[in-house]
Amino acid sequence: MLTLGIETSCDETAAAVVRGPGEAGVELLSSVVASQDDLHAHFGGIVPEVASRRHIEMIMPVVGEALQRAQAEWDDLSAIAVTVGPGLIGSLVVGVAAAKGLAIARGLPLVGVHHLEGHIYSAAIDSTLTFPSVVLIASGGHSHLVLMREHGEYEVLGRTLDDAPGEAFDKGARLLGLPYPGGPALAELADSSAGRVDPLPRARLPGSLDFSFSGVKTALARLVKEQELDAEGRARAAAAYQESIALSLAERAIEAAEESGYLPIVAVGGVACNRRLRALLAAKAEEAGLPVIFPDTKLCTDNGAMVAAAGAHKFGHAGADSLDLDCAANLQLRSWPRAEQD
Amino acid sequence: MRTIIWLAVAPGVFVLENQPDNQFVRVSHSADETRTLASRLAALLTPGDLICLYGELGAGKTTFIQGLASGLGVSDPVTSPSFTLIHEHRGDVLLYHLDLYRLNPEELLEAGIEEALRSDSVVAVEWAERLPRGLRSGALDIEIACVEDRAESRRLSFRASGKHSADVIRDFESTLDADSRT
Repeated sequence: MLTLGIETSCDETAAAVVRGPGEAGVELLSSVVASQDDLHAHFGGIVPEVASRRHIEMIMPVVGEALQRAQAEWDDLSAIAVTVGPGLIGSLVVGVAAAKGLAIARGLPLVGVHHLEGHIYSAAIDSTLTFPSVVLIASGGHSHLVLMREHGEYEVLGRTLDDAPGEAFDKGARLLGLPYPGGPALAELADSSAGRVDPLPRARLPGSLDFSFSGVKTALARLVKEQELDAEGRARAAAAYQESIALSLAERAIEAAEESGYLPIVAVGGVACNRRLRALLAAKAEEAGLPVIFPDTKLCTDNGAMVAAAGAHKFGHAGADSLDLDCAANLQLRSWPRAEQD
Repeated sequence: MRTIIWLAVAPGVFVLENQPDNQFVRVSHSADETRTLASRLAALLTPGDLICLYGELGAGKTTFIQGLASGLGVSDPVTSPSFTLIHEHRGDVLLYHLDLYRLNPEELLEAGIEEALRSDSVVAVEWAERLPRGLRSGALDIEIACVEDRAESRRLSFRASGKHSADVIRDFESTLDADSRT
């Protein structure tokens, strides 16, 4: 069974084809992300970073490229999965309209996927999810801790109260005078700092598994304003900043996993690429005797493969959605309806 | 267009804009106080009102909008839309929360931001200086600045750029004055 996945919830126009799920998870056959792939031939120019309306121009070439790279024909597909929210409504509409059109034209079932459930199922590509487990989703626009007892059964344990961690990374980079997008640049600068790292003071929210990153951002802003930082000072500040964000994420994830019954941790989303977070979380999880799983870093940022993977699983458990499927800018993560209960 | 008119009647406008009922300043001593302040403003807002927020990273623009949202009866969490650009919240009225932080003018148009400046909703915009001036006419401008040596304190400057928002600002100042007397 092959599933086409389409993702247009924010900046990226992305499509992918997966096979399965089988015993070793979902097999990735192709994954095309417009901004990352060399598709200039299709568009005759550089793809701008933020361009909802460009999704319209890119969606069909990207879908076509995904099928071609998977060496798949339309007749080989069993379902089309698409992100229905949350995201920019103008961007979501493009993906959903394309998915619907293709589903009708090709007589294929349509499956709507929540963007965060896409991120979660990035860990089910060429791998399998085990249940129950606690998922840490840390990305540019989101940070969530989710308890999963079964496929498609979500209980949100905590979320950010202000900034998302990826956003905190980028804004910290801006404060340190690094070019946008600054997340990876800040991480690189931080990693260049030798010696002991003292994290900046970070928000403690006792009795809750929520996150807050605006305080540490303000702390960095004051530090930069009040001190004349030399190159080494900037590297130290970057390291301290990265450390507090990574610590907040890692500590909360461990806390959530322990409170939920010493469960395995799955860390997904763009910030799950961060080396320091990976190292910290792995070390703390080992200390606590908890397994921790990271997807391939290529699958952490927004892509169509995660949507295809989530859609393939959802189709098997909950069946297809109807063709009046709608998208929504604000969409809470909800558990799947079970097909057998319908 | 607005600039030309402004220049033509510059002396008069200048006097008008310095009138205390078009602008006022408050100092907030904590994030919670900022939220309370914002929720008091929310009670005076009606669909079509545009709130433009200005201030550095970490000034507390999102904090202000959290208070605004709670005052508008929004119950879902209000987080920063820096990456996601536009958040839509349904309270007693619809609230659009925009953040133009990562957009340049070209991208702003590509992203279709102007479509979110709706007359059926209260619209609050962070990094509003990136919004073309023409789209900001009639807005209620709020600038948030840190206060020297006081990590938690912020200076909030409210300023009206149209008759309706001037009315709102006057009512808001009276409300706050009444609050401080009780």
